[in-house]
Amino acid sequence: MHQLWLIPLLPLAGFAINGLFGRRLAKPVINAVAVGSVLLSFLWVLKTLSALGVFGGGESVLEQAYQEHYFTWIQSGSLNIGVDFAIDRLTAVMLMIVTGIGSLIHIYAVGYMAHEGGYYRFFAYLNLFMFFMLTLVLGANFLLLFVGWEGVGLCSYLLIGFYFLEKFATDAGNKAFIVNRIGDFGFSLAVFLIAMHFGSLDFGTVFGKVKDMPVESSAGWMTAIALLLFVGAAGKSAQIPLYVWLPDAMAGPTPVSALIHAATMVTAGVYMVARSSEIFLHAHGALEVVAIVGLATAFFAATMGLAQTDIKKVYAYSTVSQLGYMFLGLGSGAFSAGIFHVMTHAFFKALLFLGAGSVIHAMSGEQDLGKMGGLKKYTPITFATLLCASVAIAGIPPFSGYHSKDAILAAAYEFAPWMYWVGVVTAGMTAFYVFRAFFLAFFGEPRWKKAGHDKHEHGKHGHGHGEPHESPASMWIPLAVLAILSLVGGYINIPKWLEPMFKLHEEAPGTEWTVYVSVAAGVIGIALAALFYLVSPGIPEGLARTFSTPYRWIYNKYFVDEFYDALVVNPTVDGSRSLLWRVVDAGCIDGAVNGVGKTARAVGGILKRMQSGSIRSYAAWVVLGSIIVITAMSMAGGGK
Amino acid sequence: MSLLNIVLFLPLVGFLLLIFTPKGNDQLPRMLALGISLLVFVISLGLIGPFMGSTIPEGYQFITDSPWINSPPIRYHVGLDGLSLWLVLLTTLLTPIAVLVSWKSIGHRVKEFFAFLILLEFGLIGVFVSLDLFLFYVFWEVGLVPMYFLIGIWGHDRRIYAAVKFFLYTMAGSVLMLAGIIYLYNRAGTFDYVQILGQLQSGRLVLSSQAEMLLFSAFFLAFAIKVPLFPLHTWLPDAHVEAPTAGSIMLASVMLKMGTYGLVRYSVPLFPNAAHKAAPFIIGLAVIGIVYGALVALVQPNMKKLVAYSSVSHLGFVVLGVFSFTQQGLDGAVYQMLNHGISTGALFMLVGFLYERRHSLEISAYGGVATPAPNLAIVFLITTLASVGLPMLNNFVGEYLVLQGASQVNFTATVFAAVGVILSACYMLWLYQRTFYGKASESLSHHMPDLSAREWAVSLPLLLLMFWMGIYTQTFMPPISAQNARILQQYQQQQNRPQLAVTPDRNFSASEVANAR
Repeated sequence: MHQLWLIPLLPLAGFAINGLFGRRLAKPVINAVAVGSVLLSFLWVLKTLSALGVFGGGESVLEQAYQEHYFTWIQSGSLNIGVDFAIDRLTAVMLMIVTGIGSLIHIYAVGYMAHEGGYYRFFAYLNLFMFFMLTLVLGANFLLLFVGWEGVGLCSYLLIGFYFLEKFATDAGNKAFIVNRIGDFGFSLAVFLIAMHFGSLDFGTVFGKVKDMPVESSAGWMTAIALLLFVGAAGKSAQIPLYVWLPDAMAGPTPVSALIHAATMVTAGVYMVARSSEIFLHAHGALEVVAIVGLATAFFAATMGLAQTDIKKVYAYSTVSQLGYMFLGLGSGAFSAGIFHVMTHAFFKALLFLGAGSVIHAMSGEQDLGKMGGLKKYTPITFATLLCASVAIAGIPPFSGYHSKDAILAAAYEFAPWMYWVGVVTAGMTAFYVFRAFFLAFFGEPRWKKAGHDKHEHGKHGHGHGEPHESPASMWIPLAVLAILSLVGGYINIPKWLEPMFKLHEEAPGTEWTVYVSVAAGVIGIALAALFYLVSPGIPEGLARTFSTPYRWIYNKYFVDEFYDALVVNPTVDGSRSLLWRVVDAGCIDGAVNGVGKTARAVGGILKRMQSGSIRSYAAWVVLGSIIVITAMSMAGGGK
Repeated sequence: MSLLNIVLFLPLVGFLLLIFTPKGNDQLPRMLALGISLLVFVISLGLIGPFMGSTIPEGYQFITDSPWINSPPIRYHVGLDGLSLWLVLLTTLLTPIAVLVSWKSIGHRVKEFFAFLILLEFGLIGVFVSLDLFLFYVFWEVGLVPMYFLIGIWGHDRRIYAAVKFFLYTMAGSVLMLAGIIYLYNRAGTFDYVQILGQLQSGRLVLSSQAEMLLFSAFFLAFAIKVPLFPLHTWLPDAHVEAPTAGSIMLASVMLKMGTYGLVRYSVPLFPNAAHKAAPFIIGLAVIGIVYGALVALVQPNMKKLVAYSSVSHLGFVVLGVFSFTQQGLDGAVYQMLNHGISTGALFMLVGFLYERRHSLEISAYGGVATPAPNLAIVFLITTLASVGLPMLNNFVGEYLVLQGASQVNFTATVFAAVGVILSACYMLWLYQRTFYGKASESLSHHMPDLSAREWAVSLPLLLLMFWMGIYTQTFMPPISAQNARILQQYQQQQNRPQLAVTPDRNFSASEVANAR
């Protein structure tokens, strides 16, 4: 026994301590509990993996999943669902990402949240998130995965709405939870179908049975299962049409955006699809849908990222877009490339958000790029680390993003060349908007001097309006670590490591040029951003004026939120109120009931004469009634 | 004297004691009611004993079977099995909680209030343990009377309307059931449920399919009104809104279960063929109720109405599970009865706490409660999450099993029912946001103390159970599962009886048959 349960239980203990007693604890104690529990969990992951021989590099390490059974959760008829944790090669990767990045972000948050109210509450939620996320990746059956899945959604809801005095924050929290519920609706239907067809929800049993089945050529129930699973993934991982909650989720504190809404939780959908790869491989139609939805999301989210003015929103759309890339990889059959991108993305996107947090911290809460500028000399470490992250996401070699993006695009080319080309254009746009944000923040005129930067104070960094300042060590050390990972993380060969689970994608001969094209797209994107925002800052405005209609659409995010409101939300609420409640319930049903009541009263008016008020006449009625009942009973009984 | 008789009659003793306490002293009836209800609860824990072994005993435990009325032969026949066990415990647990909740909020006619509350407990336990149809009917009506008075005397402004509506609705159903019971007596020569069931199953008593359908309908109507099943639900929101908090708790947590319990105990075993025939229709109503209840809950401006409509939605799941006739469906349905009792009972209790502070049930009168009363906010949040079916909390297990069972029989219905799960998040989170989040107004902050020790004392057991029933289901599930397996087995045997020529209008999958074993 390797006591896998300790991995999630340690953060849960942290949650319990801070959640129950945090109000009375001193900040250093809260820090120690919150950060310590996650660090211990990370160490336990390292210990467990090394005990399993992962770092030894043997060929046969973890080829079979290592599984532990704790107790039966639900037992009904032939259906048995256990609380079982398992580690295989995929889980090992996810464990390292979640606990590793999680530890760094916890450390960072100590500095970032130092001046916030509800300090203990924040760390309690963050620890609870770690518990659920680790349950999600360790769970050895679909229902346990679902526990983690819903649990991380809950923590996301709580942390988005962390500033619960603000309506926009709690609105965003509700939106996240409810849109995710729509995804979970698909997921749960998939779970029902799986249990129905395989009689079990254990990964081992289900995938073992799937292996022996023929690949579904036309859409059948395997395709249905795969597509329903993907609906779940689209909710959690913010894919079209369910991505709308993620940009709003930026209402939460920035470490939350980094940990939950960039590095870990939103990749749960990618993990789940990769975990169920056997099912998807037996349903080619579904796989194609995954690729197309992923690609469309990557592309459209990138266009929306072009015109955002809030630094966190830029990165949020970039997250949506990058998640689209991951699904493109999965859909192209390159599962390991998708997971590879999960990892590198966790490095550079966590860094982008933490860097953005550092910028926001420096600006005392300002998030509007239009009110930044010239921060390079005030926050040199943030500047340098954000540069690393930006280059990495732009896919420039040898940075980490290049390796994983290349693996995805190569697979996409083989799957369908047009997908590759759309992917390349998207890569160019990505490079452009990330560097746009970078240049707007760090170069040019310091626009905050005239604007005064105390408008968007939902960060409530109430310490002075002096010059921007570099963040404390607890914040920049995690930045530095992530910067190094963003630089060299691409050399951790995830596809090779995952080869026993997912067949390695051989690059077809004669397609080496695809790499150069995609790198060139990234370079062009950066160059254009430099031209627009460094060399001649007049160009963007001119372009916005020339292409005013498309610009307006992009700026307003294609009016998708408004469209959903008009098409789904408002009709549901209005219809429920004016039709179901007032007409059906109060009008029809209650009308009928009260109508019966009125009739009864009219009849009662006649019968009232029997109610003379005299006890004796009541007694007579009772006797008479009894006689009738008894007579009726004995007559009917006599007929037996 | 078996333990079950003590648990059943101690509340009656308590009722009589309360009636005869001297007037003018309000503290005495409170203490007395609390003492008795706690004593009943502690004793009732002993009922679990026989069901906790590695093998669940077959048949009823704690049986008492003695004549009550000689002619017609009505017997005092009571017993306990895996189906009724937890419902009895739910009743005995919630009664002291209801007493404590009413500790301060009931200020006039205190003695009578607690007397009726304890009498209600007597009636409710009686319903769950009766094994004689006439006895069952008597308890069914006994429960009705105290609830009528609880609403009618201690309720809010429109209490008379609500109480009369509640009474008439329920009476309308139960009169038909009485007719059905008398008919069965005439045919079988006994009111004894076990004997009638035995006669039916051995073929000594054969009902024509028409008679079976009529009987099924008579019983079903009584139960469906009590559940309440759409479209027979409109008494519920009124009753809840007008009832005092303790009345709402007992009504939602236990009384509605009389209906669902009746479906599992009587409707399905006694009239399997009619149940089978009516199932698609009933599943349809259940699913409509799930979605409809949720949608109407969404737009309620009144907290109690919102929770009441959510009950319509949640109990739709129970009915769906029962009429799926699968092991998972039935297990989930029975589990969901208990879950709903815990989490909706807790919701009504918490709404009551809010009402005591602010004297309003309108959601718009609140906002920002989390700031002055953080503990209340946390307890409410956990209850909300339980109610929306978050895993590791109780409702998830029930809803999952119901939907899993239903999906094997009717996938379309499952899809629509699952929409109800989405909607539950919508109305509950919206309620929570509008009540607890945002900035608290000055007047609200002044009248919003956090949970008192007494309020903690009634919240904690319910919170504990939400987690316990969500994580370690093995404490509760085996007796339920074993009993449901027996019900299903008998159901299948009835289905397979050749002389009854059942039209195969629904296809049973192989897996379902396997599940039933």
